[in-house]
This record gives sequence, structure tokens and C-alpha cells, in this order.
Amino acid sequence: MSDFEPRITAFVCNWCTYTGADLAGTSRLHMASNVRIIRLPCTGRIDPLFIIKAFERGADGVIVSGCHPADCHYTSGNYHARRRFAVFHDIMAFVGVDPRRMTFSWVSASEGAKWRDVVDEAVANVRELGPFEAYRALAPEAERQA
Amino acid sequence: MSRIGVFVCQCGENIARTVDVEAVAEALRDHPGVAFATGYKYMCSDPGQALVREAIAEHGLTGVVIAACSPHMHEKTFRRAVDKAGLNKFMCEMANIREHCSWIHEDRADATAKAIDITRTIVEKVKHNQPLESIRIPVTKRALVIGGGIAGIQAALDIADGGHQVILVEKDASIGGHMSQLSETFPTLDCSQCILTPRMVEAYQHPNITLHTWSEVEKVKGYIGNFEVTIRKKARSVNEDLCNGCGDCQAACPVRKIPSEFEAGLGKRTAISVPFPQAVPNIPVLDRQNCTLFKGRRKGLAKEVCGKCKEACLKGAIDYDAEDAFIEEEVGAIVVATGFKLYDIGREQPEGLKGYGEYGYGEVPDVIDGLQFERLASASGPTAGAILRPSDSTEPKTVVFVHCVGSRDPEKGIAYCSKICCMYNAKHAMLYKHKVHDGRAVAFYMDIRAAGKGYDEFSRRAIEEDGAEYIRGRVSRIFRDGDKVKVWGYDTLNGEQVVIDADMVVLATAIRPQDGIRDLAQKLSISTDEHGFINEAHPKLRPVETNTAGVFVAGACQAPRDIPESVAMASASAAKVMSLFSADELEREPAVALVNESTCIGCMRCADVCAYGAIEQRDICAIDGHVCGHVAYVNPGVCQGCGTCQAVCLSKSVELQTFTDEQIYSEINALCAWE
Repeated sequence: MSDFEPRITAFVCNWCTYTGADLAGTSRLHMASNVRIIRLPCTGRIDPLFIIKAFERGADGVIVSGCHPADCHYTSGNYHARRRFAVFHDIMAFVGVDPRRMTFSWVSASEGAKWRDVVDEAVANVRELGPFEAYRALAPEAERQA
Repeated sequence: MSRIGVFVCQCGENIARTVDVEAVAEALRDHPGVAFATGYKYMCSDPGQALVREAIAEHGLTGVVIAACSPHMHEKTFRRAVDKAGLNKFMCEMANIREHCSWIHEDRADATAKAIDITRTIVEKVKHNQPLESIRIPVTKRALVIGGGIAGIQAALDIADGGHQVILVEKDASIGGHMSQLSETFPTLDCSQCILTPRMVEAYQHPNITLHTWSEVEKVKGYIGNFEVTIRKKARSVNEDLCNGCGDCQAACPVRKIPSEFEAGLGKRTAISVPFPQAVPNIPVLDRQNCTLFKGRRKGLAKEVCGKCKEACLKGAIDYDAEDAFIEEEVGAIVVATGFKLYDIGREQPEGLKGYGEYGYGEVPDVIDGLQFERLASASGPTAGAILRPSDSTEPKTVVFVHCVGSRDPEKGIAYCSKICCMYNAKHAMLYKHKVHDGRAVAFYMDIRAAGKGYDEFSRRAIEEDGAEYIRGRVSRIFRDGDKVKVWGYDTLNGEQVVIDADMVVLATAIRPQDGIRDLAQKLSISTDEHGFINEAHPKLRPVETNTAGVFVAGACQAPRDIPESVAMASASAAKVMSLFSADELEREPAVALVNESTCIGCMRCADVCAYGAIEQRDICAIDGHVCGHVAYVNPGVCQGCGTCQAVCLSKSVELQTFTDEQIYSEINALCAWE
């Protein structure tokens, strides 16, 4: 398992976490290179199907991160995301995806170091769980080749 | 078929040090849909941008991906370049391989592989980008300023001097705010009223300023450039057009012992009164809570029990039946300048704050707060400027000033520093010593925070020239002992207890935001911090903007502020408003949601989650004109582009432009290239 490099997709909001990740860069905070970021305007934009799709396409883990409660650039998008994720989290557990593969966090624009910690922790967790083979096998053959 | 150009930036050494830029360009060159890929040292430089423009023309590119720094850094730069080359600027996106890659990784192979992934993901997104037009919205060139303290007055005057109409709303009977209560101001010791009252009169008489005192903002609708505001003009019971400010009503009023708010409770006022002689406008307000006539009415008495003010008024301006009036105004920008209040310890205990009962405030009459001392020291105050203690009107020979009461005390009070207290304590000690030469001024402090032009010199002067005694340490208890006020404190520099038999104690209580600030913030869709201070859009780079476009902030409603800072913020807000008003139309990014009316089922879930009220229901009419259904409609002027509506849409009928499902799924799919 030592040569396993987890593939993690991060869905982050433009205003807090994306900017926080920018700050981590500006501050030259070194972190694991396993995370690929998809920028969205707000965590409220995140359709749970995005997360399912990411797992289906071969992600071993997913990070969702946005503005802290009460800090949302769009007033309340992060609250919608939080509620949605609370429900979704249990559904994923029910269908057999280990919830530890999913990280939900608040990282503000001034928390570059926290972003680094979130990334490193998510990578370590997923590394421990091993590759996510089970669900990927369900993806249509044709799509896997695409 | 897409023809996408990929431009990979070396950013000098910043990217090239850890990412093999040539390898990234090489990998993308073979990617489906990519017509051109190249690396360059500085893409954002003039030759770099020229390279992009030339490639668009030469290769007939339909989309552009710049793999370089964060889009927050240079997206605008490159979109402008693309626009110049005749390609729709929303066909250009940035792949962030600097902040999110080269700067945070050390292994070159790893970083290069990641940079290829990131770039490929964005290429897949751009394949689904659509040419979009910026949204143009008209601007109403009138401004609303909420709060008539020094910040509000300054902002209103600056905007009005710039030639635009301003509506200034003040909840009290007069403008002037806290500054009108101050005696003299630090660090120059010039008289507060002398510098403020001319500004008040100027604001009142300015042809471009409409002043509504004794009024509050009731409702705010709309968005930048196009706000609709409802102002509640509270019933004053005095006709503002008829009243000439003679003061006869005030002289006739038999209710004379109401503690005056303006005098911070140290003086009395009548039920019908102007708050202070220099009030602007000089028109009284009838305090219905304390008025004998209204008390009688509330008891249900058949006959009016008073009416002396109405008898006294030769102008017939008194109207006991006046009711609250509502005024509708259309404005393009709003400046919030609602100011502060002092932590009123002992009298009210705000949520989450516990302490300071041990300081005897509210129980011991000679324990007062900073604002009360201002009134004692003021030439227009209840003692005409003589320092006399409240209990027996004698001159106090020992006065203790306590810093940081409530501030910098997360245990019992508030964690933040109230900022102005170090300075006004030094000023109070000086003013006291100037008036009571043989008196003793003792200050208990934690640190002296006197950062400001001439501030440290000023506070040194209080100690070195005026002989104020500064003791570093806290006070544990203040209580009445005969006609003395006993102060128990601790001198942390000498490591010993200090007991002082004082005649009067002045507490520098914490600065807090005004009551009702959270309600107002909600009306304006702006946010406050945990204490209720209004959040600025960016603590460094956008200090007077809020997160709602078109709403600006000035003065102590944003954080504890002194007068020069409040004035500077007000002028900065005014400048922001003026630049907003400099164009007839606003240009906005077209990142707004769009409803597909043919699939929308009209469930209106999107409207439920929209934080901006941007979504309304639209009727669908049959050919004979009868309404046969309804769909959602997103007002592009109001939509801010968060996309929350799209995530809840059951029929997938609402689509956020620039972040469509197609674009995001393409990005997710592109990540499968990891295999």
C-alpha cells in the first residue's frame, strides 16, 4: 500500500477556500500534491451528484470546503451546503462509501495554514483507507475508457 | 470543434522552478480540441499578451486557457487581452499552476504532473464556455446615508459637494452624533462643538442634502445602482414646516425632570425638547412616553390632561395626532454610518457579557463613564464646564480613571480593544488637571495604545507636563466609603496593592455597535462580526465596501474608530459612491443564473433558497391569454451568481452562467485522466 497515491477532488468556493488556498501558495506552505481543486462560486452551488461523479470517475476522496458559518460571500450558500452535506454524508455511508473519504471543512481566505492541514489530513486519511475500487467498478466501461 | 490555445507561464522562476513548463505545453498540445500550446517566461507582460492575441488570430482559436497564477490575480488582465483580439472574453479561463501547484510542492515530477492535470481540467471547462455579454444596469445617482454623526455628515457633504443628491437619515432628533457630546478632542484639544456644528449646519442647508431626523430605515429592496428604500419618519408631534424653533413649547412643558440622553443622564430635559441648544434641525420632539397628555390618553381619560405646549406655540406647529409617516426613496448607493454606543455596564447586561458589578457603576453616583465626563468637562454641559462630581456637586480632588473596562477582557467582557480610550483618558486627565490644579489624576492602565499622529506625544504630555499618575494594573473593586469612592487596585510594575480614596471614578467602558445594527444589516444584506460590527469586504484592500455591492461603511459601526479615522472612512466611502455614480450604467459579470422556461416546473424551490430575492414567479399564458402555469424568473440585475438555486433545482432547469453543470462535470471527468 506504500506506493498508493490517493486522488482527491476538492470542491471549494471562490471567495473563502480558493482564496485561502491561494494564500497557502503565497505563503509557500508545502503540502501533499494529491488534491485537484474545482473552483465554484459558492459551496451552495455544489450538487451532491458532483461528489458521486468524482468517485465514479476515480477519485479516492473528496474535499468540500467553503466559508465559515456567517461568513458566506453570498450570505447563506454555505448553510445550504452544510445541510445538504449532512444528509448526503449518511446516504454515502449507507451505499457503502466510507465517510472518511469525504472531508467537509470551513477554510476562510485568511486560513492558508488551515487549508494545508485539511489537505494533508484528507490525504493521510484516504491513504490509510486505500484505493476506492468498489464504486469505480460500477462506472460504465466505455466511460472509464473515455 | 473547439480550437483552444493553451499558454503556460513560467512566471520567471516562480512556476518554472518546480514545474516543467515545456512538458506541460507538450502534454496539452496533443490533447483533443487543443489547437495551440506554448510556454513563455512572463505571460502577463506585454509581449506575453501579444503572444496570446497573435495566436488567436493565427490559429483561429475559439477558447484560451492561461496556465499561470490564480484567476484572482490576472483573470481580468487576460480577459482584456482576449477581448482585444476579438474573442469573447468569457472564453478565457485561468489554470492556477502557481499558488495551487508550483509554490506548494517541491518534487518536480509531481508538480509537473499536477500542473498538466490542472490545465487539462480547465481546457475541458473552456470547451463548454459560452460567449457572454456583460450585463449593463442603470445607476440611480442619489445616495442614502444612514446615521448623522460625524461620519455620516462627512460622507453626505462629500457626495453632495460632488453634485449628487443625498438623503441623510438620523434616528435621533438632531444630527451630530456622539461628537456633539464631546468637550474637547484629542490630540489638539480643540472644542468639539466648534468644529462640528458648522458641518451640521452645512449639511442641513446644503441644496443637495435632504435631511430626515427622527427617522429610521424601514425597508431596503433592490441592488447596486437601484435600491428602493422605505424610511420611517417617526411621529415627532411637531410640524417641521411650521416650527421656527423658538423654544416656547419647551419652556411651557411641565414635565421637567426626565434624564437627558444628550447629557448622558447628568442633566434633565422636558418632555417636549430639542436635545441640545445647537441641535440641527432646531425642532423639538415630543417624547410621548413621558408626556403628561399621552400618559392621560394611555390611561383612557376622556379629557386631555395637558396641552400647555400647544397653547404656547404661536405657530400652531404642535400636532398631538401626528403618526409615523413612510417615505419611499430610490437611491443607487448606501453608506452605513450608524456609529457606536458605550457598554452600559451595571444598567444593562448584553448577551454573553458578564461583568463589572464590582465597579459600582449605576450604584455609586460618583462612578461615571467617559461620555459623562465629557459632559462634565463641556462648556455647554450641565455644570457649564466645571468639574463637579454628580453626588454633591463638589470639586473632586482625586479622580481615578480606569482603562479597558469591558475591552480586552474575553473572560468577562469583550476581546477587542476599544481603541479610543487610551487617548480620551489622557485627555480627561489633562482637562481635569487644567481645571483643578491641585487635583490628583490617577489612571489604571493595561498598556498605552497611542498609535496615531501626535497621539503618543499627547499621552506623554498628560503624564510629563500635566502630572497624571499612571499605574500599570487593574482595578478589582470600587465602592462607596463615606463620601469617598474607594478604589482597590494592583500595581503590576511595583508588585503591590494600591488603595485610593477617590472622589470620583471615570470608567473607560468598551465601545459597542449601536442597538439595532443586526436588524439593519439584515435589511441591507450585509454581514456583521460576532460583536455586531459591520464586516468590510476585505480588511486591507476594501475597507469601506461591504459584501453587498453598492453598500459602503464608515466610522465606528465597522469597528471602534476615532474622529479622524471616521472622517477618513466617510470620505473614502463618498469617493467610492462618486466613482459608482461616474457612469450612467454599471457593467457586471454575466455570472448569473438563467432559467430554462420550457423545463421549469415552477416549484419555486430556487426562490426559497435565493439569499437576494432575485427569483420571482412568472405566469405562463396559453394562447387565449389565461394563465396555465408558472415558471421561475431570475432578475439578472439582482442575481449575485452563487448558484445555490441550481443545486436545489429538481428539474435541472436553472443554470448558472460561467459555472454550468456541463462545465463542472467536464472538469470532474477530466480528472479521470489520472488513471
